[in-house]
Amino acid sequence: MKNQQADAVEMQSIYKYFDNFCALNAVNLKVRRGSIHALLGENGAGKTTLMNILYGLYRPDGGKILINGEPVEMKNPNVAIEHKIGMVHQHFKLVENFTVVQNIILGQEVVKAGCVLDLARARKQVMDLSKTYGLAVDPDAKIEDISVGMQQRVEILKALYRGVEILILDEPTAVLTPQEINELVNIMHNLTEDGKTIIIITHKLKEIKKSSEYCTIIRRGKYIDTVVVKSVSEQQLASMMVGREVSLVVAKAKADPGDIIFRIDNLTVEDNRKIERVKELSLYVKRGEIVGIAGIDGNGQKELVEAITCLTKVKAGKISINGAELQNTSPHYVVENGIATIHEDRQKRGLVLDFPVKYNLILENYNKPQFAGRSILKEPAIHQFAEDSIRRYDIRPEDCASEPARALSGGNQQKVIIARELSENPELLLAFQPTRGLDVGAIEFIHSALIKHRDSGHSILLISFELDEIMNVSDRICVLYDGRIVAEFLQGEVDENEIGLLMAGGERKNGI
Amino acid sequence: MLISILLAVSITLMYAAPLMFAGLGGVISENAGVVNIGIEGMMTIGAFCGAAVGYFSGNPWWGFAAGGLSGGLLALVHAVASISFRADQTISGVAINFIGPGLALFLSRKLFAGSAMTKPVEHPIPTIFGSYAAKSSNLLIKAANIEMTVPIVFICALVLWFVLYKTSWGLRIRSVGENPAAADTLGINVYKIKYVAVFVSGVLSGFGGATMTLAVMNYFTQSTISGQGFIALAAVIFGKWKPHGTMAACLLFGFAQALVVLLGGSNSKIQIPSSLLSMLPYVLTLVSLVLFVRHSTAPKADGIPYVKGH
Repeated sequence: MKNQQADAVEMQSIYKYFDNFCALNAVNLKVRRGSIHALLGENGAGKTTLMNILYGLYRPDGGKILINGEPVEMKNPNVAIEHKIGMVHQHFKLVENFTVVQNIILGQEVVKAGCVLDLARARKQVMDLSKTYGLAVDPDAKIEDISVGMQQRVEILKALYRGVEILILDEPTAVLTPQEINELVNIMHNLTEDGKTIIIITHKLKEIKKSSEYCTIIRRGKYIDTVVVKSVSEQQLASMMVGREVSLVVAKAKADPGDIIFRIDNLTVEDNRKIERVKELSLYVKRGEIVGIAGIDGNGQKELVEAITCLTKVKAGKISINGAELQNTSPHYVVENGIATIHEDRQKRGLVLDFPVKYNLILENYNKPQFAGRSILKEPAIHQFAEDSIRRYDIRPEDCASEPARALSGGNQQKVIIARELSENPELLLAFQPTRGLDVGAIEFIHSALIKHRDSGHSILLISFELDEIMNVSDRICVLYDGRIVAEFLQGEVDENEIGLLMAGGERKNGI
Repeated sequence: MLISILLAVSITLMYAAPLMFAGLGGVISENAGVVNIGIEGMMTIGAFCGAAVGYFSGNPWWGFAAGGLSGGLLALVHAVASISFRADQTISGVAINFIGPGLALFLSRKLFAGSAMTKPVEHPIPTIFGSYAAKSSNLLIKAANIEMTVPIVFICALVLWFVLYKTSWGLRIRSVGENPAAADTLGINVYKIKYVAVFVSGVLSGFGGATMTLAVMNYFTQSTISGQGFIALAAVIFGKWKPHGTMAACLLFGFAQALVVLLGGSNSKIQIPSSLLSMLPYVLTLVSLVLFVRHSTAPKADGIPYVKGH
């Protein structure tokens, strides 16, 4: 008999080293059966590592794991599965060209005659589960054709199909719209009512308040505290997570927009498969204004950015800054005309990872007279410029000018990009997911850098999948859905639920 | 007319059979996410072992089995390098393509008194009508008298298709080729599946090689396998990594080789220089790849070594 009083999960002083780096240093976690327990920490704090240990993907270098009061050695995921532990990873582990049913049964297939798949029976089992817990899925659709929200429900069904009692959700809300998040919270409550235990890994405070009863905070691999969520504020949680006071709301003055300097007229862009991703899109940005484009990933953001930066051809329409037409010219011409860009993937497009930081800082200006005379690089000037930038943008470690960019943390890599892009005082800064994957401290820094740039009389076009970021930073918000701007609001005119609905393709309730 | 069509079909099948075996080998390996450039080398060693064992034992089926086994063993070298040690699969495959012919030549010189070719096999793989065809005066039966390896390869294709698409093993094999991390988290042993798939791939390639020396020709020389492995690989891509598609592509390439024979005959009305004709299968491979590969998608994780926890 299971000990009914025992905690569902107890992890005692867990250690984990990667080479010489101590990822987890005596971390404890106690999760009560039937509760929703949040695991809070910044990026790289060790939350996911801890859960990977619980799920048997990593072996701990020290410590004990008890499931329902009994010590268990988590050698591999099979042991975790035997103990009815399931995990939904942040990046879904689904086979894209398999159907929903195939994905759910994979590894524990329903078979007849020993090995022949019995898909009809499997489908029925899946649909029964789907009905019991209110997880709507289309059993015969392929994963590549369904929405991210449904993919997540498939992942949860996959765990339930294996009879899990303890479900780990790794950053489950990162890719969801506000409506989908509410739906997920409902599903989580359905599951706990049925006696299941849920551990949710997150760095989003709002969702912890919304969903969880308990919260354990981890900072840089160390256990900080476990609190009852009701009894603490978001501000307190943030301070515990970061280790200092942080401001959650971006402080900024009201915008004072001037003339229109940048405009896009009836822009149409195709992707490399000749499918129209941006459809007759028009927008403008005024001097001294931050325009935010809200939208779910995959609604044309990538193609829009590539069109503005001339990384892709425009099929129709015009893009212009101060009257100069940019479409189908060259990235160099775009930079020359005062547009700087923070790309979505800083490691792929933002930096040459193996170059030292100082060269990364002059990637766009290497041929300017201050850095190069007659094609020969002026090393002392470059070094001096790097030192100045590092000081101004607080890039750490301070002596990183000659270190490869690869050696920096994600937040500091992003600061290098921002230092470079803002160094020429661009008329327009195009910021695409500027805080992707960064922690609260770095986000705060980058947001204030954006606002400082606006306050000095320049413009910013912010494209982000994080609705909070759009709502906090923008002066004017455009909602992008299916390649079109479907609505436009001034800051404060609208709440996030309405924008969330529009982002998901819903109708606008009242026009502007 | 009927007879010449039947003859064309049976020559096509004869040349296609080795390609089909090797192509099926490519299908299973690539569906499990391991690119197998080494098919050529595995075919060569299979062709030699098939001929040698067939010659010494006097029984073509022993030769056929030995060909498969030798291909499978050589494939294990590829598996160890590319799965366990995560070597680049293309480079490991190229190495196999050097080892296969080298080993075959070395063994040939050892076993056949320094000769670079084996002695002719006395009993090749029997044909479907066997001695009945020889006695029969019916020209149709003579024309349709194909080797037993042809029905065997079609059975293999059917079995492979059934396994890949209708069984739990197939679901697992394909999941490993598409998204090994997903398979791993569900407790599927990714490395084991890849090993088995690569071994089976080698066995099938070895069968392909043995088919060349036991059914198409009856001895092994250094030029017995000259590009068939690569043509089979092209057929896999052309056939969209599916057994039925690959079989169809192999038939097309087999037909090209049959044309070389049919049009190259001295009694043919149109005289095409034989050196141009022999280019046909290779040119066809290139052209088909250029024209059709764009529309074909490989298993997502094909060619990428799987590292746990990344």
